[in-house]
Amino acid sequence: MNELVDAVIIGGGIHGCAIACSLAQKSRQKILLLEKKYLAAGATGRCAAGIRQQFGTEINIRLATASIKKFEQLQDELDYHRNVGLLQHGYLMLAYSQSELKQYQENALLQKQIDANNQTSLLGVDEISEMVPQLNLKGVVGASYNPKDGHVDPFLATDAYATAARRRGVEIRTDTEVTDILLQGERVCGVVTHKGEIIHTPVVVNAAGAFGSILGKKVGIDLPLYPERHQLLVSEPLEMFLGPTIISFFHGACFKQTPQGSLILGVGDPQHEIKALNERSSWQFLGDVARKLTYHMPLLENISVIRQWAGLYDMTPDAQGIVGETGIEGFYLDLGWSGHGFQLAPAIGQIMAEIICGEKPFIDVRVLSLERFARGELIPEPYCV
Amino acid sequence: MEEDTIVCRCEDLTLADIRSVLQRGYTSLEEIKRITRCCMGPCQGRTCRDLVVKEIARSSGKKIEDIGLTVFRPPVKPIKIKCLLGVWEHE
Repeated sequence: MNELVDAVIIGGGIHGCAIACSLAQKSRQKILLLEKKYLAAGATGRCAAGIRQQFGTEINIRLATASIKKFEQLQDELDYHRNVGLLQHGYLMLAYSQSELKQYQENALLQKQIDANNQTSLLGVDEISEMVPQLNLKGVVGASYNPKDGHVDPFLATDAYATAARRRGVEIRTDTEVTDILLQGERVCGVVTHKGEIIHTPVVVNAAGAFGSILGKKVGIDLPLYPERHQLLVSEPLEMFLGPTIISFFHGACFKQTPQGSLILGVGDPQHEIKALNERSSWQFLGDVARKLTYHMPLLENISVIRQWAGLYDMTPDAQGIVGETGIEGFYLDLGWSGHGFQLAPAIGQIMAEIICGEKPFIDVRVLSLERFARGELIPEPYCV
Repeated sequence: MEEDTIVCRCEDLTLADIRSVLQRGYTSLEEIKRITRCCMGPCQGRTCRDLVVKEIARSSGKKIEDIGLTVFRPPVKPIKIKCLLGVWEHE
């Protein structure tokens, strides 16, 4: 059976759902979201659930600042029946050298220039010790801290967008994989699903994360995108004791306490991690986490791990997302977020809807265009874990 | 009675909580796990998994064996971080 819709969004992560929701608010057109598995099955549901304004590039600061404001209003704005797990407990980024501290200082200045209300400040060792007394401060020379950074539940935030999108008329089909994208000359004209259904559409949005490069090939676009496995584990729930999310870029380590009381612990290990579409966790990771995290907080050796899992970063050469139009008319991209995509979805969802409707987006995202790679205009984001 | 029957002890979910998400249209254990946090506590679903699957079967009319389970993630039982220290090094 052949169907006709006005737009197909591929990918049921928070980006796909946010785009669908924003697009449905702007137009009464028929919008279809297709997801291979279930909502938030990919990177969204596997991420560390962090939101932060402390970035090092202008575009990420703008997107993150706007997104955090939207997260603060999300429940009301989308008329969702419950809180989306927002917890603004701050992010504390440790510096282990004067050059790292100087970079944080420059980032904080840039953040203030972009948003006068930004509250990022630099802390001395004494202040860090007061804030998180359990932390091992050996070698720490200072930290960058923003009290408005924090946590949002990825499943609930995605569900909030999906629920609002459905209410606005979007159809969401899970367990539906797109196996081909149809072209008419240099423009998109439809998609084919794994069941062999053909869905005609003039607009296709590729929000499929690390799986998006496969879809790019279907229209002859070789996306500079590769998967990189990252892993996390979660502890038993504990009484709330840890204030901010702790990040050490120097060690590639990150840990936080969620609103449920569990600790989420992660270690970035890009050198050894698998660069393939592999979402299974490894036993080696348990040892890495145990060693690195007990270094930062020795008392963590007494907590119990209850679950570990893995997810895929959709890495680009400059660790920045790819957003907007392509050489194929009607084929749009929103992927390549390299591990910081979840938190930027509220802003990007609106921006993508504006771009698709031919409007000027509320934040200029031209620096994130696909052509930047051909032009050599990379904008490396140094602050990713 | 639904309000008093605990289905998931770790996350304090009642039968009424599970039935309400089924009524809202969630049909798979994967989705229900993520929305309610059942199977995500210290017991990793040892108690609630079968109960939730039975409720899914009851509301959908499917057979229990046709209801898909979630991925079983390691470790099998909670394990202290200190037991993991010094065990493995990268090759």
